Amino acid sequence: MRRFLLGSIVPVLFLGLWEISSRTGLLTLESLSRPSDILVAGIHGLLDGSLLLATLQTCEAALLGLAIAAVIGILCGAMLGLLPMLERITGPTIEALRPIPAIAFMPLALMMFGFGVTLEASIVAYACVWPILIVTVAAVRAIEPRLLDIADVLELPFWKRMLTIILPAAFARINVGLRVAAAISLVVAVTVEIVLDPRGLGYHLILASQELKIGLMYAQLVWLCILGYLLNAILRNVGTGSFTLWGSAR
Amino acid sequence: MKQFAFTKLAPLAFALALIGLWQLLADLRLISPIFFPSPTRAFAVLEYRLADGSLWVSLAGTSLRMVFGWALASVAGVILGAAIGSSRLARDLLDPTLEFIRPLPASAVIPVAILFLGLSNAMSLTVIAFGAVWPVLLASVHGFSSVQRELADVSSVLGFGRREFLQKIALPSALPDIIAGLRVSLAIALILTVVTEMQSSLPGLGWDIFFAQRSYRSADLYAGLILLGALGFTANHLILLLERRTLRWRTLRT
Repeated sequence: MRRFLLGSIVPVLFLGLWEISSRTGLLTLESLSRPSDILVAGIHGLLDGSLLLATLQTCEAALLGLAIAAVIGILCGAMLGLLPMLERITGPTIEALRPIPAIAFMPLALMMFGFGVTLEASIVAYACVWPILIVTVAAVRAIEPRLLDIADVLELPFWKRMLTIILPAAFARINVGLRVAAAISLVVAVTVEIVLDPRGLGYHLILASQELKIGLMYAQLVWLCILGYLLNAILRNVGTGSFTLWGSAR
Repeated sequence: MKQFAFTKLAPLAFALALIGLWQLLADLRLISPIFFPSPTRAFAVLEYRLADGSLWVSLAGTSLRMVFGWALASVAGVILGAAIGSSRLARDLLDPTLEFIRPLPASAVIPVAILFLGLSNAMSLTVIAFGAVWPVLLASVHGFSSVQRELADVSSVLGFGRREFLQKIALPSALPDIIAGLRVSLAIALILTVVTEMQSSLPGLGWDIFFAQRSYRSADLYAGLILLGALGFTANHLILLLERRTLRWRTLRT
């Protein structure tokens, strides 16, 4: 209770002072709206569906990119984890590619795919593949060697070995990488929209600011905060849930 | 010797083979050379533009923006982190607000920053600092709040004031955490540097790449990407070096 009260002091004070000073005319900056206007703009955006549509578009791109990254990252990661020699050979190349900011590939992706969800998903995939790859390598390497021996004895073909032994055994750890990547995917999707792609939340944000709909712009910013906060909360819970799912099968 | 040949040469051979494959694919023209130039063309542009100096200017612009934004974030992150990590009151006051703002994509602040600061370096630095502050902040909070009990006791026995405690005991003890945070922050700073350069036409590698695409000069685009990768790689390794240098006492002790 004490924590809640203390925690609400800063935002309440901040919003209150902002509202009062703009009502009384102390603050007349064009670039500041006022909290009540922001709230109204936000409710409008929610009711006429534009905010939700933009959210869907952003989530679509983020999820698609994340899915591509998960498939590539887990497959390559499992391969590199099983074959340490391959990892040593490709390591420096991976280390050289990884620090290139995914955003820098945007112009290239634009030339290849044009505007749209593919452009966004490809950038998201590049950004998300690294954490998944690295975690998967570590996870596969940490698999109990006896499990792999069993796969050898049973002479399982590659796909079966992957699906029945390797992925279930490594999933709890891979999950950590997936959660990190999921948080990244939303950020990257919004960034691509802000800079380039005319769809989704990021684009509507930049559009609102260019049309000087300041209240709407702040409302979208707050909406993004809420979205990110919810995503983090979901990831925390889903993470532990699927952990027990696979864990009990083990 | 054989070991050396394997660990050093095989990775190099792999990288070269990839570049060779790239050259082959480009020469076969399976993909349009408009967006898939051969590596020889990309490296030729790199060489030419490094020789005439124009790429150095871009590189300097991007590096300076990245480093200054990162420095701002580091100072703010450590100070705020020290306050939150060492005082329960500060933590209770600020934690909920920060937790709410933290998931906001840093690039979403760009429109607001543009409204206040225009298309300027100040805008770019603000956005970079806003995005890069979180890893340092979280790491410092963790570092300052997990100072060993015995060390805190020592400081009270020595009659240290709050300031002395923070400077002489808490800061060194939190340093490993802080440096780990700084490394993540630097990577984020580079990303946001590129984003703000693209968004507001500031002279730098990000803008170079963007402009190369608009004028359909794909070799320039790849040259910019290569240089950007080199910058990120170098920056990361410099921090790793710093980490090893400054934390040597830790490994010696244990």
